[in-house]
Amino acid sequence: MTNRARNVYLVPYLLWMALFIVIPIALIVYDSFFDVEGQFTLGNYGKFLTPIYLRMTASSIWYALLITVFSLLVAYPAAYALTRMKHKQLWLLLLILPSWVNLLLKVYAFLGIFGTYGFVNGVLETLGIGRHQILFTDFSFVFVSVYIFIPFMILPIYNALEDLSPSLVFAARDLGASAWTTFRRVVFPLTLDGVKAGCQAVFIPALSLFMITRLVAGNRVITLGTAIEQHFLVTQDWGMGAAIAVFLILAMVVIMIVTGKRQKGGAR
Amino acid sequence: MKKSKRASSVYLAAIFVILYAPIFYLVYYSFNSGGSMHGYEGFTLEYYGEVFRDTRLLIIVLNTVIIALLSSAISTILGVLGALAIRRVRSRRAQNSLLSMNNVLIVSPDVIIGASFLILFTMAGIKLGFTSVLLSHIAFSVPIVVLMVLPKLQEMSPSLLDAARDLGANGWQVLTRVVVPFIKPGIFAGFFMALTYSLDDFAVTFFVTGNGFSTLSVEIYSRARQGISLSINALSTLIFLFTVLVVLGYYWLNRRSAKRLGVGVPK
Repeated sequence: MTNRARNVYLVPYLLWMALFIVIPIALIVYDSFFDVEGQFTLGNYGKFLTPIYLRMTASSIWYALLITVFSLLVAYPAAYALTRMKHKQLWLLLLILPSWVNLLLKVYAFLGIFGTYGFVNGVLETLGIGRHQILFTDFSFVFVSVYIFIPFMILPIYNALEDLSPSLVFAARDLGASAWTTFRRVVFPLTLDGVKAGCQAVFIPALSLFMITRLVAGNRVITLGTAIEQHFLVTQDWGMGAAIAVFLILAMVVIMIVTGKRQKGGAR
Repeated sequence: MKKSKRASSVYLAAIFVILYAPIFYLVYYSFNSGGSMHGYEGFTLEYYGEVFRDTRLLIIVLNTVIIALLSSAISTILGVLGALAIRRVRSRRAQNSLLSMNNVLIVSPDVIIGASFLILFTMAGIKLGFTSVLLSHIAFSVPIVVLMVLPKLQEMSPSLLDAARDLGANGWQVLTRVVVPFIKPGIFAGFFMALTYSLDDFAVTFFVTGNGFSTLSVEIYSRARQGISLSINALSTLIFLFTVLVVLGYYWLNRRSAKRLGVGVPK
């Protein structure tokens, strides 16, 4: 067709794709086969398979799972409550607004709230529990991460709930299903795509964000992201950093396949 | 039924309080003359003065804004071209694979993008600094613009284009007189999203920024790592106010254009 021959718009777009997607990923894979001296090696992957790195990877995945589950537990009821409000759009805007505020500032706020003389310790003391070290623990890491990710979990679930036709819920109730059964058998399965999208939006960043761990978890928690940052910017061992990055990319691909949307209409 | 409705409002209100508490905690203590984020002593504007006297910080703010405006303008152009390109591709399969490629940078963790761009710029011999930050911001904003523009393009009926061509418009006229006005809301949304992504980005910038150049996020990070200083609080208050204004302004614009469209095009 003449149209295809004249698709000049494709040129800058494909150029962008090649320069900033294909080449960088190829470079990461390429770099992962070189050591600090620039010699070809498989040692980086060998090192990744040692217990130290495997334990780090496992704990990073565990933290990301915890963060995802807690965000989901908080966000699903919130999204559900949201669909029943009168001024939905306004509430949604208000709940999403904090996610526009720079992430670092929100994390920084917790330095004060969780600090030795901060708000939470003040409350604990008046309750007679006494002061505790909250900052630089794994609790503070999980709490702050969940706090950061809640809006990203609410949004896709809310959209899925909004798409759900209320007549399905009425039908289930009319046919004698209890509220819980209706939720379990009708509402939740039909909003599963939203849940998956939300989990994807939380799990991958939770594996890789390094600034939260650096600021509120000290060196207690090392995630894959922290390790990559460390190797690239501190120890300058790019090969090792790239090897971990390759693993992170593979993990991401697996997550995308697991949580991927079923293609509707058989497009593929 | 009524009871559960009240329960949901209570729950939402609780979430709402938790989401905003840290932000207001920051704002509250930015006025604390005690100099720390506990034990409020008295009201002061000292830290705001400090922020405005800090020339280095003001230069960094300027850098951040310039990077954001430039990168979102350029990525909007590239993104619109990309969306047009995807729309023109005939085969469904090619369209889908282009779209999945497009989304790679959106779902990729920031550390990966940052690390791979760092390798790219070092290999290409581009000095880390303004150029490398600008290029990376353009790179990660393009796919967002594409995603904002594409639905608008798909909404557009092909008969509109046929009509324009039948009436004698050439390719350029069809693009500038018919297509672009139609997808304008998408273009604006894309530009706005690119702007906020650029202003907000920390991780990618942190990797490619080098020594001499800094953006606001990177500066906040390096200051926060040294512990609490109330000038960061004052700065965050200003940023928060700015964010609220921008978001409200955007929604207002959106609603106004929606209303106008509602009058002009009967649906």
